[in-house]
Amino acid sequence: MTPMLDGTGLRREFGALAAVDGVDLAVEPGARHAVIGPNGAGKSTLLRLLSGTMRPTAGRVRLDGRDITRLAEASRARLGMAQTFQHSSLFGSMTARENVTLAAQRHGGHPAWPLPRSQRGVAVAVGELLEQVGLATRAGIAAGELSHGQRRQLELAVALACRPRILLLDEPAAGMSAAESARFAGLIEALPARLTVIFVEHDLDLVFRLAGHVTVLHLGRVLLSGPPDRIRGDPAVQEAYLGTRDREQLFIEPGGADVAAGT
Amino acid sequence: MTPRTTADAAPPSATAAPEPPRRLLRAAPMAATVVLLAAAPLFLAPYATTTLSRILVFALLAASLDLLVGITGLPSLGHAAYFGVGAYAAGWITIHLTPAVPVPLLAGAAFGGVAAAATGWFAVRSAGVFFLMLTLAIGEIVRQVAQSWDSVTGGSNGLYGIDLPSVAGAPLGNVGLLHWYVLAGAVLGYAVLRAVAASPFGAVLRGIRDNEPRMRALGYRPYGYKLAAFVIAGSVAGVAGALLAAQQRLVTPSDLGFTTAALALLAVVIGGAGTLWGPCLGAAVVVLVRDALGPTLDGHGPLLLGVVFIAVVYLLPRGAAGVRLRRGPGREQSEQEPT
Repeated sequence: MTPMLDGTGLRREFGALAAVDGVDLAVEPGARHAVIGPNGAGKSTLLRLLSGTMRPTAGRVRLDGRDITRLAEASRARLGMAQTFQHSSLFGSMTARENVTLAAQRHGGHPAWPLPRSQRGVAVAVGELLEQVGLATRAGIAAGELSHGQRRQLELAVALACRPRILLLDEPAAGMSAAESARFAGLIEALPARLTVIFVEHDLDLVFRLAGHVTVLHLGRVLLSGPPDRIRGDPAVQEAYLGTRDREQLFIEPGGADVAAGT
Repeated sequence: MTPRTTADAAPPSATAAPEPPRRLLRAAPMAATVVLLAAAPLFLAPYATTTLSRILVFALLAASLDLLVGITGLPSLGHAAYFGVGAYAAGWITIHLTPAVPVPLLAGAAFGGVAAAATGWFAVRSAGVFFLMLTLAIGEIVRQVAQSWDSVTGGSNGLYGIDLPSVAGAPLGNVGLLHWYVLAGAVLGYAVLRAVAASPFGAVLRGIRDNEPRMRALGYRPYGYKLAAFVIAGSVAGVAGALLAAQQRLVTPSDLGFTTAALALLAVVIGGAGTLWGPCLGAAVVVLVRDALGPTLDGHGPLLLGVVFIAVVYLLPRGAAGVRLRRGPGREQSEQEPT
């Protein structure tokens, strides 16, 4: 099967530092693919290379078999690639509904029409999306006045309004409360199975709940890639994440709390 | 649009039901203003009427600039260039071809738009301070051309002896008729701006202003939209220029110089960027202070304008229009809160 998204030999340098250093990544269609790794591992940079926000120094990106390495971000978005950002990136002066409409009219409306018109199909889709992410009652509120959690939900609605084939989420649950995070996980689980989702996330509970495949980055390279069970038990991953093997139970094993008391 | 008519019917009717009365309510002050402005020549002295006409011309210029500054987020210091190009084109055509009414207006729109397209294609590639400086340079270049191209523009003397516009062969031979002509042109130009701002295209412009990188991530290519906005704004400024030529019957290089451009920007800031009607109010303040109060203050009009500007920036950071706007969203919020 052709991977939905395929990065080969991806490399991005900032001066002498290679933030992403020869990463290969193949994401199957319909996968829930998580990218994890300690801070500075190059996760966000990798996501930017895939989305086109940033050009790779070397390497190729293929979307559904098509080479998109040279394509600008907007062109990739038109091919069905949507993303949310680590720090909510919305249209602050506009209402939640207007935010989603802006995305929806680009993919199925008339964005260049210079006279007032009602875009009925777009309005219906926007209403459904706001309902889906739980913002139906907040539709008339300016994005800048929403709470942090609500802004994250709105981000997702905006991305989904692009009718994506593949969704790139950069730390979607960052700063969310436990309840919001659980709710968010439910949202992702409810997405259609043919939609491919790649997400960078620090919350490992969320990762192991959602992901069908996990890639671990460390210092710009792929440390390990595979099904969640293999990742969870791998000593090299635990070492990269936690520094030393001794402290692993502190964070990973639920029963490890008494170990913490002992040290 | 979609075959699922039952699903379609529910949400739009929910949003559409309160729409017509609200739209009427919103149009009411606008309609009242137009009626008042139309009635003005009937009870105002000729000089006051002329001042009012001049305000209308300048208001249209300021509103067209607001499409760039307030709605698209492109602060231009060279917008008077397109105003002046429209004025010269309309004046020249009135003198050499015909003063018959829609012609000078259309010429102003066409030449303003073409000039904006010719300079905008590279100007809108920049943003922020660079855009400000580029447009300033463009404005100065156009002013230099106006000053030195004697055979067409009349050089530093300007283009004078412009005939009165004529409707069906009869010139608009008094201040009142001329005022109505200017009012009609200004309302037309304003309606175009309003329509653009309320359209899906206008929403894209606001998106570019708020967050251009995000627009790209959504699949938009901002360049084309910004250029289109620049051309529309230039074209409407050209219409304002054509009205200036008809009203003043003289076009000079100073009409497209830095001072005019800066005053237009001042009007936008005073009035409240992004509202279109706010800058019209700002234009009224600017023209009144400069033309009506200025002479009584021993020519210290600009000083007074500076004081007004500083006061507005400190007291009303979002301009005169912001006073009402700040209340608007809050009310909407409390309306939605209980659910």
